[in-house]
Amino acid sequence: MKLIFEKSVKGRTGASLPELDVSMKQVLSNELIREDLLLPEVSEVDVVRHYTALSRRNFGVDNGFYPLGSCTMKYNPKVNEDVAGLSGFTDCHPLQPYNQGCLKLMYHLEKMLCEICGMDAFTLQPAAGAHGELTGLMMVKAYFEGENRNKIITPDSSHGTNPASGSMCGFETITIKSNSKGQVDIDELKNVLDGDVAAVMLTIPNTLGIFEAEILEITKLVHENGSLVYMDGANMNALMGIVKPGDMGIDILHLNLHKTFGTPHGGGGPGSGPVGVKKELAKFLPNPSIVLNDDIYEFTNNSNSIGKVKAFYGNFNVMVKAFTYIRALGCSGLKGVSENAVLNANYMKEKLKKHYKLSYDLVCKHEFVLSDEDMPNDVTTADIAKRLLDYGYHPPTVYFPLIVHGAIMIEPNETESKEMLDKFIDVMIKIKDEAGTDPDIVKTAPHTTVVKRLDAVKAARELDLRFKF
Amino acid sequence: MDFIPNTKQDQEDMLKEINIGNVSELFKDIPDKVLLKDKLKIPSGLSEIEIKDLLKKISEMSNISFSYFLGAGAYKHFIPSVVNHIVSRSEFYTAYTPYQPEISQGMLQAIYEYQTMVCSLTGMEVANASMYDGASALAESCIMAVNITKRNEILMSKAVHPDYRQVVETYCKAHSFSLVEVDFEGGVTAVDVLKEKISDKTAAFLVQSPNFFGCIEDLNEIEKIVHDNGALFNVCVVEATSLGILKSPGSFNADIFVGEGQSFGNPINFGGPHLGIMATKQMYVRHLPGRIVGGTVDSEGERGYILNLQAREQHIRREKASSNICSNEALCALTATVYLSSLGKNGLRKVSELCLQKAYYLAEGLSKIGVEIKFKADFYNEFVVKVDDASRVNSELLKKGIVGGLELSKYYPELSNCLLFCVTELNTREEIDKLVGVVKG
Repeated sequence: MKLIFEKSVKGRTGASLPELDVSMKQVLSNELIREDLLLPEVSEVDVVRHYTALSRRNFGVDNGFYPLGSCTMKYNPKVNEDVAGLSGFTDCHPLQPYNQGCLKLMYHLEKMLCEICGMDAFTLQPAAGAHGELTGLMMVKAYFEGENRNKIITPDSSHGTNPASGSMCGFETITIKSNSKGQVDIDELKNVLDGDVAAVMLTIPNTLGIFEAEILEITKLVHENGSLVYMDGANMNALMGIVKPGDMGIDILHLNLHKTFGTPHGGGGPGSGPVGVKKELAKFLPNPSIVLNDDIYEFTNNSNSIGKVKAFYGNFNVMVKAFTYIRALGCSGLKGVSENAVLNANYMKEKLKKHYKLSYDLVCKHEFVLSDEDMPNDVTTADIAKRLLDYGYHPPTVYFPLIVHGAIMIEPNETESKEMLDKFIDVMIKIKDEAGTDPDIVKTAPHTTVVKRLDAVKAARELDLRFKF
Repeated sequence: MDFIPNTKQDQEDMLKEINIGNVSELFKDIPDKVLLKDKLKIPSGLSEIEIKDLLKKISEMSNISFSYFLGAGAYKHFIPSVVNHIVSRSEFYTAYTPYQPEISQGMLQAIYEYQTMVCSLTGMEVANASMYDGASALAESCIMAVNITKRNEILMSKAVHPDYRQVVETYCKAHSFSLVEVDFEGGVTAVDVLKEKISDKTAAFLVQSPNFFGCIEDLNEIEKIVHDNGALFNVCVVEATSLGILKSPGSFNADIFVGEGQSFGNPINFGGPHLGIMATKQMYVRHLPGRIVGGTVDSEGERGYILNLQAREQHIRREKASSNICSNEALCALTATVYLSSLGKNGLRKVSELCLQKAYYLAEGLSKIGVEIKFKADFYNEFVVKVDDASRVNSELLKKGIVGGLELSKYYPELSNCLLFCVTELNTREEIDKLVGVVKG
């Protein structure tokens, strides 16, 4: 499809502005003024047709099933979009007076997240999960100021953002191997816990979809070592109303509002990665925090704060959607979300394990991981994923976690019906059959999409990162 | 409301098919002593009517019915109707990151167009798919500069936005970079102080133009000093529409560009989500954090787009990644792309001209009634005035339905009773005249 620049015709414009209502003067010298400005010149109908056509070359949750493990691609309620569009939210300037509506929403969202997670305080400032991890680790660093704790520990199943965030704070990451049940190996953990360790970073349930059954022992050991336990809360969709991280010994965690709390993924953001802490860490939270004084919501700054990780206060409009989601579901609704997410995943796991190698045959939570080992004719996970596109599905997460060969991480989430799960299971079984009887059709998939398999090697070798006019 | 399609019957059927008695069996690997016995202390759920009513009431507790003359990093601009219609298309906003390119050509192509427009506006050679905001992008440009130069010191102008400076400070502390601030004078970076403080230990000098005070910096002179010392020249733009009229940072030989793209079609949204813009020279592309879209061909020779150079990113390089960034502000970047396509070359130039002319009209009007324009430097659409009693001026303005400039004393104690005013294409002549009238009185 052509680029918008290729549809440009000199002199066209797609927007109208009023005429200047004050006299035009030469206020800046010409040497400050630019002469070039290469932007498209298209009419409004061209803009609409072009981007509408692009939207039809895209696949969202509203188009179909999206079982991306660890991404929690649940249905995005439309009422959230509507209320987030209220002008009292969209048009409020972050530095203006008369901002009580915005502050009230943020304050109460923080309180509700505290209750859901069993934590004492929250910041809503980080703009994404990884940003939350960075913020959390900065707070861990501040907590241990003066001590020489420069290491963090993560299991080998951890998400790449965990060690990457560690590096951004000057921590060295020690990776420990998972045991035969896909969980933290307690002996391995004991071996690496020493006076250099600041924190252990765990995803709960882990990236295999398995709950750390020995979590209480783990947090006890970490605390006895004088270290903190950080929980990557990306998989919180399995735990709401069931268990609170704070009750399990978690000292600090981040959440992904764009996962668990149903705010849209936006094709890559905006998200929101709030960080929750136990009271010992609260003084390090980014500035400003929000307090309630005699019915007035106010900003306040703490001198022990790590500072700021973003201008202003965070992705407020995403918070509006999450707040709305939590209030719409309520206490029972949130528990129902986790129960159904976990039921859906176990249902699929039990049915698919007869056809695909299941990485760990244990009860799972909201997701589970299959492997491409045992696939006939060298059909790989990549092939399976591409063939799923032909059947109209977004593939599951592939090749993560790294500890499973050709990992296929499936997370159905609670907003899918039994029929949808059954249909997807049937298609997965069909592809397994095709791999045996007609492997080529799988290996050369996709066939029905607007483009076929794309050459990533060529892309990296011959960099083409913008249109050249 | 719960959005869960499966009924109790469906759940029972499913449990039966997998030989599980009831749902609680699926949670028996969780230690019993932490399993919650009581409900969460959160109110019961609400129907759609009730939730809409609740949110409407909360939104009305903020008052937005003013004429705004307040910017300081978040700007009220005209957003063409087209923009919201496009970004509300659920094929875009309910999609995930385009890791499966064959069904994400829409978003991937849009980001490629966004990257192109960023390069065009900023005069740089390669741009990424977005960062969280201008402030965090500025902070990450420090990491980039340190990695490229292998030097550990960051120099930053004090005329950079105070929130941005705080974010840079926070990130530098986490990385153990040393951070040195360079004073301003007459509203712009004090060039002699820069000369004095820069050395062969400096990885980069960070400057914002137009800066926090709205003043246009002398990028020519600064560039010479910075490059003479072998440091990188990192330029930050916070009012993105200024790029429609002012010479691009690329034309001043900037090494790294960072910016805030909120002005391009994104509502102000109480400070977020906004749009971090980051771009650099081709030779530094492998140090650029974030996602980058590239063009390529498919197995049949058809043109397509994919996420390129993923080997820089966290999911592949893990602790060696150039940044931990994963989700960014893709939909806000799409918003900016639609905005820029809609306004186009002529429209954006017109927006910038309107902002510029109206700002100077206000400055002139205030000047005529004896208000001191604090700095002599050229400005774009923001400028600082000094008055006798800044908070009184603002409270009088508020009474008349006007949100005035930002009081600067809490950020810069030396600038007591100073106000930072902002004017955009949304401010009419009548509003501007009214403001001048109130200040006069």
